[in-house]
Amino acid sequence: MSEHAHPTIKTFVAVWATLLVLTALTVFAATLELGPFNAIVALSIATVKALLVMLFFMELRYSTALTKVAVVAAIFFLMLLLGLTLSDYMTRGWSSYINPFR
Amino acid sequence: MGPRRGLKLPDSEIAVHNLKHHFADLEQQKATSTFGMWLFLVTEIMFFGGMFAAYLVYRLSYYNAWVAGSQTMEIKLGAINTVVLICSSLTMVMAVHFAKLGNRKLTALCLILTLALGFSFLGVKAVEYHGHWVHHEVPGPNFHFEHEGNYDPRQVAMFFSLYFAMTGMHAVHMIIGAGLLTWLLIANARGRFSTEYNSPVEMVGLYWHFVDLVWIYLFPLLYLISHHHNG
Repeated sequence: MSEHAHPTIKTFVAVWATLLVLTALTVFAATLELGPFNAIVALSIATVKALLVMLFFMELRYSTALTKVAVVAAIFFLMLLLGLTLSDYMTRGWSSYINPFR
Repeated sequence: MGPRRGLKLPDSEIAVHNLKHHFADLEQQKATSTFGMWLFLVTEIMFFGGMFAAYLVYRLSYYNAWVAGSQTMEIKLGAINTVVLICSSLTMVMAVHFAKLGNRKLTALCLILTLALGFSFLGVKAVEYHGHWVHHEVPGPNFHFEHEGNYDPRQVAMFFSLYFAMTGMHAVHMIIGAGLLTWLLIANARGRFSTEYNSPVEMVGLYWHFVDLVWIYLFPLLYLISHHHNG
C-alpha cells in the first residue's frame, strides 16, 4: 500500500499551470456572447479544474478504493440534490392536473 | 495528542509516539484519517450544495435581476483571487510534499506562503465587500439598487443575500484554514512531524484544497456567466 506511486513536484507544477491557463480561458470565454453556452462553457471549465484539484492536489488518484467510493457517492448525491430540485422548479409551469384538494 | 510541551522527541520516535493503540500500524491509521477527512468534506460538499441549489433556483426565477446583480461584480478582482487561491493550493501541496520528505525548513516556507496567499485572498475579498457596502448593495435597510429593466430590485437584494452567504461561508472556511495552517507551523517548528508521521499536514491540505474547489465554482457562477447577458 505504501508503495503507491506518488506525484512529483513536476506533476504539481504542471497541474498548477493548467489551472492558471483554464482560469484565463474561462475569463476570456465570459467576454464572448454565447447565450446559454456562457454558463455551460464556464461550468465545464470549472469541472475540469475541480477534477484536476481532486485527482492530483488532493491525491484522489492515489487514494484507497474506499475513499474514492465516498467521493463518487458525494458527487452522486449532490447531482441528486441539484437535479431533482431543478426538475421541480423548472417544470412547475407545466402542471395542468386538477388539484382535488382545492 | 503530541508529546508534552517542550518535550523533544527524536525523529525515529515521533511515529511511534503518534500511533494510537487502536490501529495496527501507521499505514492503517493514515488510511483511516484520510477516509475520515474525506467524509467530513462530503458533508461540506452537501452544505455548500444546498446554497448552490438555492442560487440556481433563484437564478432561474429572477433571471433579469440575477444578471443585473452579477454585472456589479468586478471580474478583475475575482480573477485575481482565483489565481491567488490556485497558487496557494500549489504551495499547500508542496508543504505536504516536503513534510513527507521530512524537510522542516521547506515545509515551514510553503506553509507561510500558503498562509500569506490565504490572507491576500481575504484582503481582496474585503476590498470587494467594502465596494458593495459603499454602493448600497448589502441587503438590509441601506440597500438601494438603481434598476433599469424588467425586475423588482428586491430580487437583486436576494442575489446579494446569496452572494454574501456563499462568499461569506467560503471566507469563514479560509479563516479556519488560516488557523489550521498556523497550528501546523507551530507543530512543524516544534518538530512534531517526520517522514513517517505527517498526517496533520496532509489533512489540512485536503481541507485547503476543498476551499479552493468551492471557489472554482463560485467564481464563474457569481462573476462570469451573466457578464454578457441583458437584464
